[in-house]
Amino acid sequence: MASGNFDKYKSDGSPAGNLLEWVDARFPLTANWKGHLSEYYAPKNFNFWYFFGSLALLVLVMQVVTGIFLVMHYKPDASLNAAGVPVAFASVEYIMRDVPWGWLIRYMHSTGASAFFVVVYLHMFRAMLYGSYRKPRELLWILGVLIYLCLMAEAFAGYLLPWGQMSFWGAQVIISLFSAIPLIGGDLTTWIRGDYVIADATLNRMFAFHVIAIPLALIGLVAAHVLALHEVGSNNPDGIEIKAKKDDKGVPLDGIPFHPYYTVKDIVGVVVFLMVFCAIVFFAPELGGYFLEYNNFIPADPLQTPAHIAPVWYFTPFYSILRANTVNFFWIDAKLWGVIFMGLGVMILFFLPWLDRSPAKSIRYRGPIYKWALALFVFSFVILGYLGMKPPEYAFFGLIPGDYVSKACTIVYFLFFLLMPWYSRIDKCKPEPERVTR
Amino acid sequence: MSGGEKKVDCSRRNLVFATAAVGGVATVATAVPFLASMAPSERAKAAGAPVEADISKLAPGEMMRIEWRGKPVWIIHRTREMLDSLKTVADQVADPDSRRPNQPAYIKGEARSLKPEYLVVVGICSHLGCSPTDKFQKGAESGIAADWPGGFLCPCHGSTFDFSGRVYKNKPAPDNLEVPPHTYLSESRILIGEDTKA
Amino acid sequence: MSAAVLRTIFVALLVSPLAAMAAGGVKLDRAPDRATDRAALQNGARLFVGNCLNCHGASYVRYNRLTEIGLAEQQIKDNLMFTAEKIGEPMGIAMPRKDAKEFFGAWPPDLSLIARSRASGDGSGADWLYTYLRGFYRDETRPTGWNNVAFPSVGMPHVLWELQGEQTMGADHKLILAKPGKLTPKQYDDAVGDLVAFMVWMAEPQAQFRKQLGVAVLLFLGVFFVVAYAMKRAFWKDIH
Repeated sequence: MASGNFDKYKSDGSPAGNLLEWVDARFPLTANWKGHLSEYYAPKNFNFWYFFGSLALLVLVMQVVTGIFLVMHYKPDASLNAAGVPVAFASVEYIMRDVPWGWLIRYMHSTGASAFFVVVYLHMFRAMLYGSYRKPRELLWILGVLIYLCLMAEAFAGYLLPWGQMSFWGAQVIISLFSAIPLIGGDLTTWIRGDYVIADATLNRMFAFHVIAIPLALIGLVAAHVLALHEVGSNNPDGIEIKAKKDDKGVPLDGIPFHPYYTVKDIVGVVVFLMVFCAIVFFAPELGGYFLEYNNFIPADPLQTPAHIAPVWYFTPFYSILRANTVNFFWIDAKLWGVIFMGLGVMILFFLPWLDRSPAKSIRYRGPIYKWALALFVFSFVILGYLGMKPPEYAFFGLIPGDYVSKACTIVYFLFFLLMPWYSRIDKCKPEPERVTR
Repeated sequence: MSGGEKKVDCSRRNLVFATAAVGGVATVATAVPFLASMAPSERAKAAGAPVEADISKLAPGEMMRIEWRGKPVWIIHRTREMLDSLKTVADQVADPDSRRPNQPAYIKGEARSLKPEYLVVVGICSHLGCSPTDKFQKGAESGIAADWPGGFLCPCHGSTFDFSGRVYKNKPAPDNLEVPPHTYLSESRILIGEDTKA
Repeated sequence: MSAAVLRTIFVALLVSPLAAMAAGGVKLDRAPDRATDRAALQNGARLFVGNCLNCHGASYVRYNRLTEIGLAEQQIKDNLMFTAEKIGEPMGIAMPRKDAKEFFGAWPPDLSLIARSRASGDGSGADWLYTYLRGFYRDETRPTGWNNVAFPSVGMPHVLWELQGEQTMGADHKLILAKPGKLTPKQYDDAVGDLVAFMVWMAEPQAQFRKQLGVAVLLFLGVFFVVAYAMKRAFWKDIH
């Protein structure tokens, strides 16, 4: 669709027209405009869930721009300044207080980090609702999971930079995970840190990853994700292929040009998103300690662990899975299993397109088993996320031990995927419609 | 939303313009904080704050250097002889009456100072930013010229300046040395960088 | 070796929250909200400079920033600026860092951000400070002779004791004012309220401006929404 043959632009004789013709003869401007926007046909029945792709792109741009301006003032330096504060920590407060409007740019960036995960989680949930990972969109989904992996790495590296207590101890715990790997673990951990503890060397390499290496990969993957999408075309809430029914010009009957229809619609989505985003930036930038953790207002202190350390909310489901297993089995101890489970918890997403054997793509036409399975999965994921923010001995209402709940939720999480080839096949699906419905 | 069922195209057009206008305002309003963030910070402003100089121990014929905004500021206690030399070189300097804007409005004429005996200038050559050296000795001993009346020499490209920081003609430097805003807090204290305070 | 590292971390994860729960046992009193009360903020600034800044720095706050709570530069210079020469300098402490460590055994923490870092699930940082500064009591088992309900085994003695007087811990775990100070309990609470308000201001001086700007931004976005939604409707009219 995107790579169709489009005629080159012919000038109407005006100077602007001549310029456009000159450019178009040398650069596929018209072809890209038409292929990706004005003649890219998207299903006309997109609903609420289809806002989050364009919003993720918006947040990416916002993070890049705010990031560039933060780098102008931030210093990745763990040494102590004259007042006895690590330079990196002090440079963040410098941005917050001394740089004109620095506080706004920093809050946009810190809120943007969480916003990125919010929209990406909702975007992924949309794919699970409507089967957007199914053939022919497997590669599109894989690219998306890679983006998600990059995003996690980016967020992790970025979280170290303010060099507060949570930055330091969070990185300490996560990097120490590698020490669970047999034989090479210890050396590997030291190599990742570049020192025997989290130190200046660690801060500097995380800075390099955060500001250049991972963003480059991220932007490349996002471009590939969009190209792959425009190659196969968008899925829709009915989960049927609009390309199956075309008019005599080859235009899908249920397709509408992305531009102007979805550009004007996405603008509305962007404005609504910005309202929520700005409400947080201006009225609750810490969001009760979820977006900016209170302990991170204390400079990193290698000699004193804060009373309670928890990752930022977007990592907590996987953090819970890490902690959930406490049993040694086979010849591997519980801790290594924890690390393995956490890794598998992310990696299993790659296999989703092949685990799902349902005849129908969209939840609208899938049977009750999948509806329950998805609801249970989301519920477990949220509970895991909640428990990941709590100390391990936490109990619901002081009665139900969180430890057991997180074990149960971890099992549900994995069973959702592992049993899918079975339950998705036996599920009673309704017939899919011929044409998209409203 | 309600109007224009009949003239759809027209309402579309107007709404596109309206949205573009509001979006444009939003973009500009967003750009302002980002561009403003590149202006000097509070720290830079504090470091660039006016500095005080105590001139009570500055003997006639001597100069002192103080730092203001990271630049050397010279205070020269000029002797009668030095002041007299300003008249004799008047036809050799490029801007004898300080007409070009290299000084605050209240700095005028050949002496280029609030009080004739004290010259306050930024010791940065107007050519390419080197700091000239003082060559107060007259004549051939200075190593410049046999008729050198005393002044400053920029080591980088050989521009010369007189005791008012006025540049000699036909030298690489285009302009006189800059006079910073300054004011006398008392007989012996000069505030450099600010001139509004009494 | 790797297992040992992980074990340490897991033990730290497991044990430290227990310690936190033991420490956070006290119910925090709610601090009064005086974020926009300039007289209170100025009084708080005086109390802070007079009592806290001797040992604690506020090294991210520049003196000239105090103009934002309604003080003139000359007032700041005359009444509050003892540790700096220029108005643009930060509110550091006079005592060299090394001396402080020798003197107190630990470096008294910088207080610029204390009102943010002390926030928790139990209450805001202001609530914690308000409870803490009113929660000192006599405890002869402590080297300083003082203990605190919000911060058990605190290293700092009660700096404001002349104002508050001396409290002791009663049998029912309630504080009793054993020896009255210069201020009545009500006056003391009021003074601490001012001090806490100032510390909250100090932790994020632009907070009030941020909220005001936020209202304007959201109103603007409201207009944007109306226009953008109308445009969307106009375009989507012919899609059925």
